[in-house]
Amino acid sequence: MRRIMVGVKRVVDYNVRVRVKPDNTGVITEGVKMSLNPFDEIALEEALRIKEKGLADEVLAVSIGVADTQQQLRTALAMGADRAILVQTDAVVPPLSVAKIFRQLIDKEQPFLVLLGKQAIDDDNGQTAQMLAALWDRPQAVSCSKIEIGDGKATVTREVDAGLEVNEVDLPAVMSVDLRLNEPRYVKLPDIMKAKKKPLDTMSLGDFGIGDAPAFKTVRVDPPPTRSKGIMVKDVAELVDALKKKGLV
Amino acid sequence: MSKILVIAEHDGARLNPSTSKCVTCASKIGGSSIDVLVLAADGSAVAAQAAALAGVGKVLVAENAANVEPLAAVLAPQVAKLAAGYTHVFGPSTTFGKDMMPRVAALLGVGQVTDIMAVDGAHTFKRPVYAGNAVLTLEVPADAIVVATVRVASFEAAAQGGSAAIEKVDAGVALPSHTRFVSRSGATSGRPDLQTAARVVAGGRALGSADGFKIIYSLADKMGAAVGASRAAVDAGYVPNDLQIGQTGKIIAPELYIGIGISGAIQHMTGIKDARTIVAINKDGEAPIFEAADIGLVGDLFTIVPELEKQLGG
Ligand SMILES: Cc1cc2nc3c(=O)[nH]c(=O)nc-3n(C[C@H](O)[C@H](O)[C@H](O)COP(=O)(O)OP(=O)(O)OC[C@H]3O[C@@H](n4cnc5c(N)ncnc54)[C@H](O)[C@@H]3O)c2cc1C
Ligand SMILES: Nc1ncnc2c1ncn2[C@@H]1O[C@H](COP(=O)(O)O)[C@@H](O)[C@H]1O
Repeated sequence: MRRIMVGVKRVVDYNVRVRVKPDNTGVITEGVKMSLNPFDEIALEEALRIKEKGLADEVLAVSIGVADTQQQLRTALAMGADRAILVQTDAVVPPLSVAKIFRQLIDKEQPFLVLLGKQAIDDDNGQTAQMLAALWDRPQAVSCSKIEIGDGKATVTREVDAGLEVNEVDLPAVMSVDLRLNEPRYVKLPDIMKAKKKPLDTMSLGDFGIGDAPAFKTVRVDPPPTRSKGIMVKDVAELVDALKKKGLV
Repeated sequence: MSKILVIAEHDGARLNPSTSKCVTCASKIGGSSIDVLVLAADGSAVAAQAAALAGVGKVLVAENAANVEPLAAVLAPQVAKLAAGYTHVFGPSTTFGKDMMPRVAALLGVGQVTDIMAVDGAHTFKRPVYAGNAVLTLEVPADAIVVATVRVASFEAAAQGGSAAIEKVDAGVALPSHTRFVSRSGATSGRPDLQTAARVVAGGRALGSADGFKIIYSLADKMGAAVGASRAAVDAGYVPNDLQIGQTGKIIAPELYIGIGISGAIQHMTGIKDARTIVAINKDGEAPIFEAADIGLVGDLFTIVPELEKQLGG
């Protein structure tokens, strides 16, 4: 079975204007819209396209999170994933622990490709793919904007500060995807119905022998510093004046 | 006492300014000693530049033909090995550092701190989360090696004038061949570099086409500014990806940023928050970018931009 494993995280929707809790212990997530991490939707879409090209047989979506993450996994199944695993926990699981869980699942599931997002848009860590690749001692391809699966290897185009970099990696490998890789498909109603019958297994952190101690202690969470109120100018002449006064032109 | 190892970013010939920012971040940890590690095929030129940074104690040079391109899978095992004896390993929050440092952390069996924006203590750091909508203060366990990326926009460049000793080292680890560099293509535009420029002129979706975007290049050239863009402008193919500013692009901290035909989505704003002066030009007076702008001008960019270029000339 040629399998692709995709990591999908439940995060605060990217349109939500996140606010810090008054007691500075975190951000307000109660009553806030939750979604699939946008990068993970792209990772899943890519896995589905690889399967549709006949280069894979099964797409497995994996998430580590609270019980309600079932909603996001059902969305993943509706998009086209064949199977899902929820590793259920109320704890905040840091990237290294996520990578360790994926590492163990890899032994069981034997994927030839693991596709993750380039970053989860809640913690903005951008670490899990690289850590997993290290633990697995396999290639990593970070921030992919193009993936071509070949025979036992893949050619990837990655977004880097200098532009685009092309790498060739042996398979199996871990890849993290960037936004321009593809445009995820919309889920249609019949797919949602079908998804209800697809297998979704639930496991616990304990099944992996991983505790729920955080890697780092959260001391506090603050709102970002605010900028002082600016001025509006009415035309270009006033703009040039204002810039000159600040010594900027 | 903290012993900090900074991983140098370079292109084989020149040290990237991001390294100097990491040195500054490291120097915020009181009573620390700072070494720089250059991994290269031939590291002599880069090592000399690193040795000239004020505050650097020693420059370690690990030369290996396999280090000619910065492949994380090849570099990380060397860094992890050479990190022995250090309390901190810092790399820049550029695509180079973001690729390699988590791999280093996993090899060392520790978590990684992403995007240090402020140092509160040897083990206490501030970093942005939720696209910069919150700032997290975190504490790394005192007995763990701190592996971190440094948000380069948050720190000044280190001064010149150092004269650190340069020492050759060999990690003595087997390097994988499963990952191979093929090619790199980038815009060698001859314009100032977006991440270090003092002035940035950025355009958004409103420019309408690659052709329409030309007025942004023209204004930028007149001002000696770097060119940037919103994701919408990049996705629409007006400009290459390396011009994107924001949560998933580049984080910049110029003296002056001028956003033209950009609405100001949070994912974009997180990339420009550190600009000293933000100027917004947009035809919609309600556009969110005006909330953060120091100077705002409402109007049609296609008349404003040529006019601005004209009035700046002289
Ligand atoms: C996970 C994720 C990550 C993202 N990362 C980034 C990122 O790193 N960087 C980024 O930029 N975006 C990012 N985005 C996208 C972001 O949400 C916005 O969609 C994008 O920034 C919008 O680009 P824009 O402002 O150019 O376009 P629009 O939002 O379409 O705004 C165009 C603006 O131009 C104005 N306008 C139109 N015509 C004229 C005219 N003739 N004269 C003057 N003004 C005019 C309009 O009033 C409008 O305000 C990300 C999104 C997601 C989901
Ligand atoms: N809790 C999780 N469950 C499933 N996948 C995850 C989880 N955390 C991280 N990932 C994957 O790793 C990617 C990068 O996350 P991060 O390193 O946290 O920014 C995400 O886009 C997901 O693909």
